[in-house]
Amino acid sequence: MSATIDVQRLAAASRRRRARERVMTHAALILGVMIFALPIWITLIGSTHDTDTIGRGDVPLLPGSEAFNNYARAWSEGGGGRNTFSVPASTMLLNSLTMALIIAGGKIAISLLSAFAVVFFAFPFRMFFFWMIFITLMLPVEVRIIPTFQVMTDLALINTMTGLTLPLIASATATLLFRQFFLTIPDEYVEAAKVDGAGPMRFFKDVVLPLSVTSMAALFVIQFIYGWNQYLWPLLMVSDRDLETVIVGLTKMIGIGDAQNEWNLIMTTAVFALLPPVLVVVLMQRWFIKGLTETEK
Amino acid sequence: MASLDIQGVTKSFGTTKVLHGIDLAIHDGEMVVIVGASGCGKSTLLRIVAGLETATSGAVLIDKVDVTPLEPADRDIAMVFQTYALYPHMSVFDNMAYGLKIRRLPKAEIAARVKEAADLLSIGQLLERKPRQLSGGQRQRVAMGRAIVRHPKLFLFDEPLSNLDAKLRVQMRAEIRRLQKRLRVTSLFVTHDQVEAMTLGDRLVVMHEGRAAQIGTPMEVWARPADTYVASFIGSPAMNFLPATLTEGGHAARLAGGALWRFTDGARPGREGAAITIGIRPEHLMPDAAEGLPVTLELAEPLGSETVLHAHLADGTPITARVPGAAAADTLSLAPDLAALHVFDAATGKRIDPA
Repeated sequence: MSATIDVQRLAAASRRRRARERVMTHAALILGVMIFALPIWITLIGSTHDTDTIGRGDVPLLPGSEAFNNYARAWSEGGGGRNTFSVPASTMLLNSLTMALIIAGGKIAISLLSAFAVVFFAFPFRMFFFWMIFITLMLPVEVRIIPTFQVMTDLALINTMTGLTLPLIASATATLLFRQFFLTIPDEYVEAAKVDGAGPMRFFKDVVLPLSVTSMAALFVIQFIYGWNQYLWPLLMVSDRDLETVIVGLTKMIGIGDAQNEWNLIMTTAVFALLPPVLVVVLMQRWFIKGLTETEK
Repeated sequence: MASLDIQGVTKSFGTTKVLHGIDLAIHDGEMVVIVGASGCGKSTLLRIVAGLETATSGAVLIDKVDVTPLEPADRDIAMVFQTYALYPHMSVFDNMAYGLKIRRLPKAEIAARVKEAADLLSIGQLLERKPRQLSGGQRQRVAMGRAIVRHPKLFLFDEPLSNLDAKLRVQMRAEIRRLQKRLRVTSLFVTHDQVEAMTLGDRLVVMHEGRAAQIGTPMEVWARPADTYVASFIGSPAMNFLPATLTEGGHAARLAGGALWRFTDGARPGREGAAITIGIRPEHLMPDAAEGLPVTLELAEPLGSETVLHAHLADGTPITARVPGAAAADTLSLAPDLAALHVFDAATGKRIDPA
């Protein structure tokens, strides 16, 4: 008899313990979400008030009534209406989008080809070239920014989309990732293709590319965001405001002269700048995780 | 359909010599199996024939044409790989059609050839599937199909059955043989499995350390192994080897334990007392209380129709016997079928035939 009583008591205790654990877990998660989400919330709310509300120093936490006005103005006219500069968010977003797409696409194309060469061909100094590419990983953009700028000036590529994107296209990270993926492609596929009579580029197109789709998608997400978030290089390269990117443009909207910052429009533009990377991640999340974790067998 | 000639092919990787000069002539429509333990160079030889590897010296002739300098695609061969190497993103149809598409055959011709091969292998209902949706046996068939649609001069098989489970392996083995006989395509088949080798081949090449230890029909190789390596490799359980010396005139062998075994097929050349190795297959040892060798039984494995006895002689030499029925566990004495003795030189391991 006594055993039955014990079971009930212990079961009740473990039920209580589980409930307590659930509450704790959720509390921790809610706290975490708040810490991460609060700045974004403030930005979102800020984009719905008029200039003066934020200008007074208030930090409103509830939506205001100026949302439509703010978004319409930022989109077509741009912030900093009291400043001398003002670029519509639509122009900056288009520039950023073009730049990010060219960088992501270019990086993927170049890395695929260089990894293909390094993995599937035997040529003299193969490992030397691979290490040369690999070593550039250690040199961030900032280190080579002066010489790169000089080259771009000499080639008269300042203030062009080409100048903005070209130096950022070479990618050791992507080459390395594709190399690692290509190494998992069994030699027997190569041999089967040889027996089938497929030349190297045919093999690349018919076998390597289709197998790399998920890796390409994963890299696209990473590189698109990398390109989108470029700050230093566009700041240096572009003085023509028609080529302004949104990340640089956003900072240029702040603190010019004595004029009051139009925080509502800055917030609005920030929301615009936020959306494309979020969309890319949300839409490609499934591919992204697949590309980084599994290889199609 | 074609003949294949391998002439003095050697292969070295750096300083390591893996093939020491292989000569082999395969007739039109013949199926030859290359068998050997792993690392004996059998796969290397196959890959040299395929053109995936270049020989250090020697030549490969298909239909009397020297194809040594040609690319695999230009040799008119088809290969079935150990892991099948089916392209995972292509359907079964596309996998089989790929080689034909590259050769720019008309679409209708490709469709007809794939259908013909699919019917032959009864995989017609699988053509739309991806390889990962297939079972091991089905993948094997698709890999065969990919080879068949090409109508090649030569089929090359690189251990294609080793990824299948035991039952399927037996089934596919018979199927490959039936198919090869029906299509009459000259074939080279590499395996490490001696049963596969015996059952599939018109002829066997037993490879050992980069050399062809023996080339012959399965029964020749089984009945008259050229050396102790071949003798121990072909046949299961493996042949027993007993140290012995030649008696005067070479009429009999004196075993280390003292027993005298007479040769029934004639005297062996050699001086009296020369060290020899007597080989006797497990199935040629019978329980015989009167005249047999006394042995100590260690293990009896009943297989139903027969029993495998593991034992050792008084001096510790292990000996295996395969006796019909459920043998009494007290079998303590084994006698040989004297007509089935094999005699080898103890030093070189080479077979010694009657003079």
